[in-house]
Amino acid sequence: MADAAVATGFALPANFRLPRVGAIDAVALEARAAELAKRSIKKESKLWALDLAIRMMDLTTLEGADTPGKVSALCSKALRPDPEDRSVPSVAAVCVYPSHVATAVARLAGSGVKVASVATAFPSGQAPLEAKLADTRAAIADGADEIDMVIDRGAFLSGRYAKVLDEIVAIKEECGDAHLKVILETGELGTYDNVRRASLLAIAGGADFIKTSTGKVVPAATLPVTLCMLEVIRDVHEETGRVIGMKPAGGIRTAKQAIQYLCVVHETLGVDWLTPDLFRFGASSLLNDVLMQIRKQRTGVYRSPDEFTID
Amino acid sequence: MGGELERTGGAPSVAAWEYAPAPESRDVVSFAERYGLFIGGELVDPRSGEWFTTTSPATEEPLAEIAQAGAADVDAAVGAARAAFEGGWSQLRPAERAKLIFRIARLLQERSRELAVAESLDGGKPIKESRDVDLPLAAAHFFYYAGWADKLEYAFPGRRGRPHGVAAQIIPWNFPLLMLAWKVAPALACGNTVVLKPAETTPLTALLFADICRQAGVPPGVVNIVTGDGSTGAELVRHPGIDKVAFTGSTEVGKAIQRELAGRRIPLTLELGGKAANIVFDDCALDQTIEGIVNGIWFNQGHVCCAGSRLLVQESIADQVIAKLKRRMGTLRVGDPLDKNTDIGAINSAAQLARIKELVAAGTEEGAEIYQAPCELPEKGYWFAPTVFTGVAQSYRIAQEEIFGPVLSVLTFRTPDEAVEKANNTMYGLSAGIWTEKGSRILWMAERLRAGVVWANTFNRFDPASPFGGYKESGFGREGGRHGLEAYLRFGDE
Repeated sequence: MADAAVATGFALPANFRLPRVGAIDAVALEARAAELAKRSIKKESKLWALDLAIRMMDLTTLEGADTPGKVSALCSKALRPDPEDRSVPSVAAVCVYPSHVATAVARLAGSGVKVASVATAFPSGQAPLEAKLADTRAAIADGADEIDMVIDRGAFLSGRYAKVLDEIVAIKEECGDAHLKVILETGELGTYDNVRRASLLAIAGGADFIKTSTGKVVPAATLPVTLCMLEVIRDVHEETGRVIGMKPAGGIRTAKQAIQYLCVVHETLGVDWLTPDLFRFGASSLLNDVLMQIRKQRTGVYRSPDEFTID
Repeated sequence: MGGELERTGGAPSVAAWEYAPAPESRDVVSFAERYGLFIGGELVDPRSGEWFTTTSPATEEPLAEIAQAGAADVDAAVGAARAAFEGGWSQLRPAERAKLIFRIARLLQERSRELAVAESLDGGKPIKESRDVDLPLAAAHFFYYAGWADKLEYAFPGRRGRPHGVAAQIIPWNFPLLMLAWKVAPALACGNTVVLKPAETTPLTALLFADICRQAGVPPGVVNIVTGDGSTGAELVRHPGIDKVAFTGSTEVGKAIQRELAGRRIPLTLELGGKAANIVFDDCALDQTIEGIVNGIWFNQGHVCCAGSRLLVQESIADQVIAKLKRRMGTLRVGDPLDKNTDIGAINSAAQLARIKELVAAGTEEGAEIYQAPCELPEKGYWFAPTVFTGVAQSYRIAQEEIFGPVLSVLTFRTPDEAVEKANNTMYGLSAGIWTEKGSRILWMAERLRAGVVWANTFNRFDPASPFGGYKESGFGREGGRHGLEAYLRFGDE
């Protein structure tokens, strides 16, 4: 089954209980997301959301030019995002390539900030399974708490769903206790129907989180695609009781956007999902805008961007 | 290095992420203490000497004193409209008419914030709807018909249309300014003059519109606005000087108007009640369908003639649809219409609230199972929680009668044939909705549904270019689009 070369349709093994695949109406989905984006969040509820957004952040650097120095600086920022305001919390995790996991682990040890590592031939996923497993194994050996894998979009788009599923299952086994986030790369999937199918596959395969994007493809996370995936999570929860997390990544740069995402989570899955255990932002430049907004909310004035460190 | 970094000063605490109040500013609109009647380009005191108070249904606070037009006032308004029609409006170059209507459209856009707040204050609808639906659509209607004003000969090739003269227009309280736009824009574009009677409970935006007419330079008497209760409307319809009647409102009043006009050569268009079937098939896009059901019945508190108030669900997914719908009802935000996060506002009047309560009581009595959204309703004002009835039979009053409130009746069906049969089994025929991913089924259903508007995988979508109107007791004539011009023109020997 694992290496079935021929598309067999959307047949899943019987032991994976899932809600119906169903369909997505793109126009109505986008309209709903746009409606939720108009929520007006003010005062204390805004401050609460901004604080939460920081605690939910996977502060990310995924560049060919990443060095131990760069990763260390990012870890410092993750631990203490605003040195001037000690009430600002640490972020949830730092997200790096496998070769920088050791650096991040050393820098963050004992802090509660997790180390997430992309793996499985990120970002394309175009490598033999053995290479993907080795990639994952290396990251975990160096101490990664969380693995952000990519699905094989080539297999998915050619209808070889079983291959996609089997790879996720194999990586999940490799992860052991580490949390598995499965990146769908929604920008390459083309339709919301595909996003829904891929989400179900990822969850069937053992994902703890489903994640929109690598950040290397445009569009990355969008509000409608996030809503679509949250609705899958809701259906799975209602059908099976399983609790799955969500991580939009890429393209979320402003505090205003972050709050829109939180509104979508809040009104789709409820307050139970408003926790870093179940929702993350994959972002890099978002953090400083959130810090600036917190400062504005507390002092009433906008401060210069130069007052916030660039790491 | 490392080690836990302590946060000093706790996180901001909010129990279950309550959204803080986000009220739209009331200061953008100021009402006069009193509004007279808009006749001949001036606001004049009523000859009747009578006034009434318009209030905010959300708080019951008085907003302004409004003139109660009597027979003499209606006569003056019709006289002003007649004088304006004969005194130049009907001979004005069509491009000049277009220019004035375009100006109105732009002024509506410029003053949209003010008008949206006024609409929500006077009518109780949530600001997000008056801001995002009523105002943009009202402006769009004027833009659209402004474009037709100098192209009428192309609208009906080979037929030469002439304006009727004085159009008597009576509009309801559910979309006060939007219904004004639906009526006034095509009438003016075709060269008619207008006497408009806004609803008793929602006259304020029409009176602000009077100011817009002045600002735009619309000649005096072309648009006249007479406020008052049902007796004012009756006087208007009875007046011998009118040439055309257009009415939007209840089927009961529509029938009375038709009786009044019997034997008179006055063309009539009626847009009346509805009891639309919103039909959900088991292959629908489920979560989007739930949103469509919500929009279908709770848009504008269900005060919508084309509301999807009868939900017909295929039995095989009925449980799932109802479970999802109930869950979604838990996130509806009912309250202050001026709060930007409010989804559902106040019931328009005490009378309407009483009507809703009466029919809901009937539903429970007849044996339907009631579910209401778990929401706290304000103490003052007129409020009703979003309500769903399940286990409704076709014979129940709540399946037959228009409730015109936030109350949904759920029925089930087994096959497409049965869905069509149940959907058409009503005295009304204004609108219908179909939810399925199967294109061929949409077309098959749309051919068979006896309703003026059939929405597929959407609901309550309006566009000035699209005609709107009913079958059977939902009325006749079409508003919107090229069709909407026809009601305001005479052809040949007519």
